[in-house]
Amino acid sequence: MNAKTAARSVARPLRVSTMSWLLRPRALLVALTSAAALFLLMALNMRIGDIPMTLADVVAATFGDTQNTFIIMELRLPRALAGALIGAALALSGAITQAIARNPLASPDVLGVTQGASVTVVAAIVFSGTAYGGASGLLATLGIPVLGLLGGLAGAVIVYAFAWRRGLEGYRLVLVGIGIAAVFTNLKYWLLTVGDVHDSSRAMVWITGSLHARGWEHVVPVALALAVLLPAALLGTRSLGALRFGDDTVTGLGVRMNRARSAMLLIAVLLAAVATASAGPVAFVALAAPQIALRLAGTAQPPLVVSALVGAVLTAGADLVARTLFSPAELPVGVVTAVLGAPYLIYLLVRIRRERRT
Amino acid sequence: MRLQAIDVKLGYGDRTIVNGLDLGIEAGTVTTIIGPNGCGKSTLLRALGRLLKPMGGQVLLDGKRIDQTATKEVAKILGILPQAPTAPEGLTVADLVARGRHPHQSWYRQWSSDDESAVAEALDMTGLLDLAERPLDELSGGQRQRAWISMALAQGTDLLLLDEPTTFLDLAHQVEVLELVRRLHGQAGRTIVMVLHDLNLAARYADRLVAMRDGRVVAAGAPHEVLTEELLLQVFDLDAKVIPDPVAGTPLVVPIGTRHLPDRGTAAKETVST
Repeated sequence: MNAKTAARSVARPLRVSTMSWLLRPRALLVALTSAAALFLLMALNMRIGDIPMTLADVVAATFGDTQNTFIIMELRLPRALAGALIGAALALSGAITQAIARNPLASPDVLGVTQGASVTVVAAIVFSGTAYGGASGLLATLGIPVLGLLGGLAGAVIVYAFAWRRGLEGYRLVLVGIGIAAVFTNLKYWLLTVGDVHDSSRAMVWITGSLHARGWEHVVPVALALAVLLPAALLGTRSLGALRFGDDTVTGLGVRMNRARSAMLLIAVLLAAVATASAGPVAFVALAAPQIALRLAGTAQPPLVVSALVGAVLTAGADLVARTLFSPAELPVGVVTAVLGAPYLIYLLVRIRRERRT
Repeated sequence: MRLQAIDVKLGYGDRTIVNGLDLGIEAGTVTTIIGPNGCGKSTLLRALGRLLKPMGGQVLLDGKRIDQTATKEVAKILGILPQAPTAPEGLTVADLVARGRHPHQSWYRQWSSDDESAVAEALDMTGLLDLAERPLDELSGGQRQRAWISMALAQGTDLLLLDEPTTFLDLAHQVEVLELVRRLHGQAGRTIVMVLHDLNLAARYADRLVAMRDGRVVAAGAPHEVLTEELLLQVFDLDAKVIPDPVAGTPLVVPIGTRHLPDRGTAAKETVST
């Protein structure tokens, strides 16, 4: 084998005068396939509802003006989009967190975001039951996402403050994150037990992660966050690759380590906080999607765009299952993401180990 | 002077390890820092490579303050191989070496033909072309160390700092790595600073030795000037004979015993009784 192909076997260089990029054909293929799967899953999701529709009805109503257009545009499309975007944001956040923590088992859960949001929302529902109940629906839709966002960010600040010691170190971050998540989790359960039964059960649905009745007001914040933060994350991809090495190696390669790490961490926190604010803490997507993307694309680190697409597919697929399995009853999507994602990740791990052996 | 430490104070947290040290590294030389465990040699090397910020004094790289130069610019001039470096699991040799090109890349310059030729050359120089696609964790200790040196080479700097590049290697692999270092020096006149534990190998492969104890430079100069029986006693508390190396003619240390313990006789008895 000659050194030219040896140096980067999974990537092809594309060079225009002094500029050069790396193209990864396999990652590109996985991205396109995931995008196609995502559209199909979203369309299948949009068939479901009080008025049954065929796939053709859905497509016609989305891109044209039919009798179903109002239902599609105001109810079903926002819900499907919310699922896809939340999945993408969580997966992207997970991919960044895993790179910074140098640990494939890390997820935004260790950044304090999900548990911080959960405690805040549960506290709000339990302590001011009626204010967030059915009677004042407007407050419910406006209040809970904003509270979730603030709680998530506060949780992240607490973890960051405890994890920082003359710099930011991955292992310390994970340990501090796990500790603080445990405190938040217990606080959350305590709130659930002292709260009124009806309030607690409503809080339970939120902290499992649900896409039920998600509308444009849930889609827009996540879409905006992704529009700003995805390009920012992509600009940081190269330093993210370097951050997987030991601290001295990272600095030796000319990366401003603490600045790069803090900036990428901020992106991960914001993505997770916004996604959690919209749908509650949807479990497992942030953990599994980057690892699934990594194995499908055959790259050395979770590819950011592919991770986001896989996260969207996983969430959209989980929502479809959640709505059809016990139809017309509906499961919270967070229950299904874990049940769906875990076996698939295990399957990929087993298959790749077998490939290596043969 | 390529690198200069001026009155540097180094340490971690409240602990000061090096206080008021001056050292200059001349262009085109191989300098080896020796000294007992905990004397501050690695700390000094880390400060020279801007991995550790001095608490006082300053480090100059080519006459300019290293802490006021952008770290990416420093990385184009100076390559550093840390002690016992760690790489992500499953990384191939080629991926590791390609990572050395980091300071020369940006989002619109991800893999230039310069990158490609520098990596190929670095793999070739370290004899790793055939192992390029192998995962790093499947290599032997000596091969892995060569891969890390190869990464530092791909960085394309003519100033290299190596922190104990021979740790955990058997003697044959130690010699192999040091011969590679010598070759790198010979080919392009690279300036190399190393920390080594083996005094005889240090004497054989360095132009200049720097002996440290308790955070101070005790002696610096050509190996035969530095590696004397008096110095060994002073720096290592070691009673030793120094004879000419029958192969290279450089000083060869033959240890007699240590003076770490006040009385060897009673110390031996104490060990027996406990």
